[in-house]
Amino acid sequence: MPVIEVRGLRKTYGEKVAVDDVSFDVAQGEIFGILGPNGAGKTTTVECVSGLRSRDAGTIRVLGADPRAERDQVRRVLGAQLQESALPDKITVVEALKLYASCYREPADWRALVERLGLTDRLRTRYQKLSGGQKQRLAIALALIGRPRIAVLDELTTGLDPQARRDTWNLIEEIRADGVTILLVTHFMEEAARLCDRVAVINAGRLAALDTPDGLVSTVDDSQQIRFRPSKPVDTALLAALPGVTSIRRDGAELLVSGTGNVLAEVVGTLAAAGILAEHLRMDSASLDDAYLALTSNTEGEQ
Amino acid sequence: MSSFAVLVRTEAKLFLREPMAVLWAIAFPPLLLVILGCVPAFRVHQHELGGLRVIDLYVPIMILFVVAMTAVNTLPGAISLYRERGVLRRLATTPMPASRLLLAQVVVNVAVEVLVLLLVVAIGRIGFGVALPRAPLGYLVAFLLVLCAMLALGMMVAAVAPNTKVSNALGMILFFPLMFFAGLWLPVAAMPATLRHIAEFTPSGAATQALGDAAAGSWPGWVHLVVLAGYAVVFGTVAVRSFRWDS
Ligand SMILES: Nc1ncnc2c1ncn2[C@@H]1O[C@H](COP(=O)(O)OP(=O)(O)OP(=O)(O)O)[C@@H](O)[C@H]1O
Ligand SMILES: [Mg+2]
Repeated sequence: MPVIEVRGLRKTYGEKVAVDDVSFDVAQGEIFGILGPNGAGKTTTVECVSGLRSRDAGTIRVLGADPRAERDQVRRVLGAQLQESALPDKITVVEALKLYASCYREPADWRALVERLGLTDRLRTRYQKLSGGQKQRLAIALALIGRPRIAVLDELTTGLDPQARRDTWNLIEEIRADGVTILLVTHFMEEAARLCDRVAVINAGRLAALDTPDGLVSTVDDSQQIRFRPSKPVDTALLAALPGVTSIRRDGAELLVSGTGNVLAEVVGTLAAAGILAEHLRMDSASLDDAYLALTSNTEGEQ
Repeated sequence: MSSFAVLVRTEAKLFLREPMAVLWAIAFPPLLLVILGCVPAFRVHQHELGGLRVIDLYVPIMILFVVAMTAVNTLPGAISLYRERGVLRRLATTPMPASRLLLAQVVVNVAVEVLVLLLVVAIGRIGFGVALPRAPLGYLVAFLLVLCAMLALGMMVAAVAPNTKVSNALGMILFFPLMFFAGLWLPVAAMPATLRHIAEFTPSGAATQALGDAAAGSWPGWVHLVVLAGYAVVFGTVAVRSFRWDS
């Protein structure tokens, strides 16, 4: 049985349709990512899962329970980190931890959590005096303090420096190793590629794709770009005749050859046969970034 | 400790970390009473005040001051801020109902009000010979109704104000007429007849009169008690009907 089951979720704010017919399952122990542009409906989706928002249509099950009708059941097993900061200015770190720990019947040991999140020397600091990254880490600690079986994390690494982001990734992997299922909203492809087992891409309220990060990359065409500086003038017609080549463009002294399949070997081989050296040779292949942009760009762009 | 006890303790600490709230709600009323008590003319029995002294009248007025300050100013401001910042939503993701946070706010408020009531009554008695309430039960009933009416008014402000700015502004705007009719600038007993009648039908005017009557030894007037209960019900109903957890 999936841990989270979303079927045909629809949510409107007045006239505005924020989420429309979104369905996905999250399996036990999975890190499931939700990607999409600003305003796509990611927060709305995960807040419906957390039980914070009502839905207009569709069904949601969290460990078998409806997050609205059986809210108490879901609150006990799901820990949430909200996109917006959500603590009083003058509460100290330790007070917030103790308060949230008191909300649960069998809370985690907050000292251990604080240790793991590197907040030990900030315990007596007021929330308003914490740095952005420290606030985020506290939010993660509060999301985990009830020993949840599911953690919902909405843009938890936004505003973190690169080191803190990597630390947070390690932490999430540790949490998953403890058996916690993670629903993660993010804007960072690197984060999704590194952490997520599967990714849902939401665009304008609709599910645009649902696959593993590698699977998503392979859905954009496997076009590759080769860039080099020929050591001698090249007859481009020679290259254009190759089966793998789709286009050739000059960029100053460099040539840009796009193609598919074995294009690199073909181009290099042909040049060698003509006694030409490909200097400064570089190649780009599709990344999750390309896949994401292809899935969320509203114009039918040429790849 | 139970989760609600932790919540109340945390809210109490947060209240005490707001210097302006502490100054105006806890320090100011006893201080003003001491200052007024030091004016010799205010310690003279006056025929126009029904044989009472000005200082006697100011004990209930100071109680109204702290109640209006905390229930109608601090409370709605704090709740609006919690809503605006998403504190209520965040708590709603835990097994603790977010309504407990409102209850904890009310508990802290009432604690401050009771503390100041005790301070003011004690200072009046010890410093200036103001008699202790002669009808303690009536005094208690009147005080409870005052609390209900004012907390309901504060909750209504928190419920209808779209944001913290409006909430704070409404609290301030309400505070001055409330204190005027409580008699802060001119004790109700010294007001012209028409104004006095109007005052008796306002929440704070009915409140000072009910407390004053009970202090003097009679059961508070039913009209005043009914006025207070009526405001509590009306404001409370509006508050409950229009309260939002989300901004
Ligand atoms: N409370 C609300 N009332 C009205 N409209 C809302 C509300 N919350 C969100 N919306 C609208 O619904 C749409 C989806 O919002 P949502 O917050 O889910 O987007 P998101 O994908 O999380 O975006 P971001 O990446 O910027 O966080 C947006 O167009 C937003 O303006
Ligand atoms: Mg969002």
